[in-house]
Amino acid sequence: MELISPTQYAKEKVTSVQDYAVLAARSLGNLFKRPLYIADMIQQADLIGFGSLPIVLAACFFTGAALALNSASTLDRFGAMTVIGQLVSVGIVRELGPVLAGLVVAGRNASGMASELGSMVVTEQIDAMRALGTDPLKKLVTPRVVSTIAMLFFLTILGDLLGLIGGAFVVKAVLRLDTHQYWNSTWQTLEFSDVFTGLTKPVVFGFIIATIGCYYGLNTKGGTQGVGRATTEAVVAAMILIIAVDVFITRLLMITLGT
Amino acid sequence: MSTPTLPIENQSPANNPPHADAVVFEDVKLAFDTKVVLDGISFRLAHGDTKAIFGVAGSGKSTILKLALGLLKPDAGRITVLGEDIVSMKEDQLFELRRKVGIVFQESALFDSLTVRENVAYRLLEEGNIPEQEIEERVREALSFVELEHTVDMYPSELSGGMRRRVGIARTIITHPEVLLYDSPTGGLDPVTSNTIIELIVKQRDVYKTSSLLVTHRLQDAFTLGTHYFDRAENKMKPLPPHTRAAVPMGFLILRDGHIIFDGDLKTLRETEDPYIREYIS
Repeated sequence: MELISPTQYAKEKVTSVQDYAVLAARSLGNLFKRPLYIADMIQQADLIGFGSLPIVLAACFFTGAALALNSASTLDRFGAMTVIGQLVSVGIVRELGPVLAGLVVAGRNASGMASELGSMVVTEQIDAMRALGTDPLKKLVTPRVVSTIAMLFFLTILGDLLGLIGGAFVVKAVLRLDTHQYWNSTWQTLEFSDVFTGLTKPVVFGFIIATIGCYYGLNTKGGTQGVGRATTEAVVAAMILIIAVDVFITRLLMITLGT
Repeated sequence: MSTPTLPIENQSPANNPPHADAVVFEDVKLAFDTKVVLDGISFRLAHGDTKAIFGVAGSGKSTILKLALGLLKPDAGRITVLGEDIVSMKEDQLFELRRKVGIVFQESALFDSLTVRENVAYRLLEEGNIPEQEIEERVREALSFVELEHTVDMYPSELSGGMRRRVGIARTIITHPEVLLYDSPTGGLDPVTSNTIIELIVKQRDVYKTSSLLVTHRLQDAFTLGTHYFDRAENKMKPLPPHTRAAVPMGFLILRDGHIIFDGDLKTLRETEDPYIREYIS
């Protein structure tokens, strides 16, 4: 492996952050410039949203079920099985639903975006697009950012619902408890701040997934091997960022909403 | 001795250009990390001229084309395209200029998820205000120029390498650009297909009088450009009659170690005493 000086390494990292910031800012700024490429947005929404729907729903259903099982064993010791619905609903809606949906979509779509755009870079299609008078950020990045944010928002809502159904399934089939009580406590527990927190996160996560995927794709170097590398790096970076940013958003919203 | 008139036509949208030179490089320097690629390059491409750029691999030939299109920015120097200084232009402004400049990429760079029709019509579709009927007619016209009308509904993956290059040329010429940049258009192709591509370049030069920069590794291609013209009556490329070769708007430029070591016409190139150039062209 080639050794580089710490100064050079630091310069490269700072430049990367700067380039990412410019791409992220322009991807949103392009929303106010014509053309808007609505057809590309719809196509991406189909790929990202409907394509990810089964795995997001499955992941959330089983996580909700596992959460109910784990909670039950602890709550049983204190004779507090009736609050199982509260635990599952808060856990799923505030935290697990958005993070799981974000991680699943990151794994599926950040890699897809990085590999697709990376292939276009190494085959000079991005240069061709610029040469033909089209801004690749406007044509390729902005539609992906808008579609990922919108679709992750709705995927999270459906994921939350399936997570709660997963919990209800365990309550009914395994714990043999009353599901009316489960749904009632779930409904009673959820407050505006829980739902607001749970639906703010996918907006931020969607932005991270699309901009990271596009950034790594558009900065692909080194042929087909570089495409593979960009794909892996995009998924890793998007997942780490989602988990790290989740902590900051949670704290920020707690302060803002006074919870 | 007076030079006989060439049997090529004079019809051209660029007959009365508002500026004398199509492309001007003045002391252009560019390095990638620590590797100096271009070290003070200066040359002029006059309106209607074609200039072939030679050099060993990695000598910066394709870089010159990307600089001329504003896809890369130089570290120093000035580049003027159609009278506009492109170094100081922002990307948004460059998009406007690029409507008048076309490039044929080394590997065609066709959009692989689009059909030939969509690839060729790409620029017109992006305009957004051109009637569908007109787009269809212009696509047919451009594909007819490269004799590939039958491929209109095919995808790039279904075409041979030579056909992809020709579709690339059709995509480039559909808007009748004032300047054309060819990046190794015959690289990796068999001699027959290469000759077809060169014939198209000669046709574009002699019929439409488009200013062109041509990067190539194949000397015979450039020499063919310098010794042939396009006869529209017979719709084919023909060798120039004796004593008319100097009248062909064709120049040659040779790069070595980031510098231009030759910039002249075919006659000067053949008469040069420079041992490196003699070895290169032999």
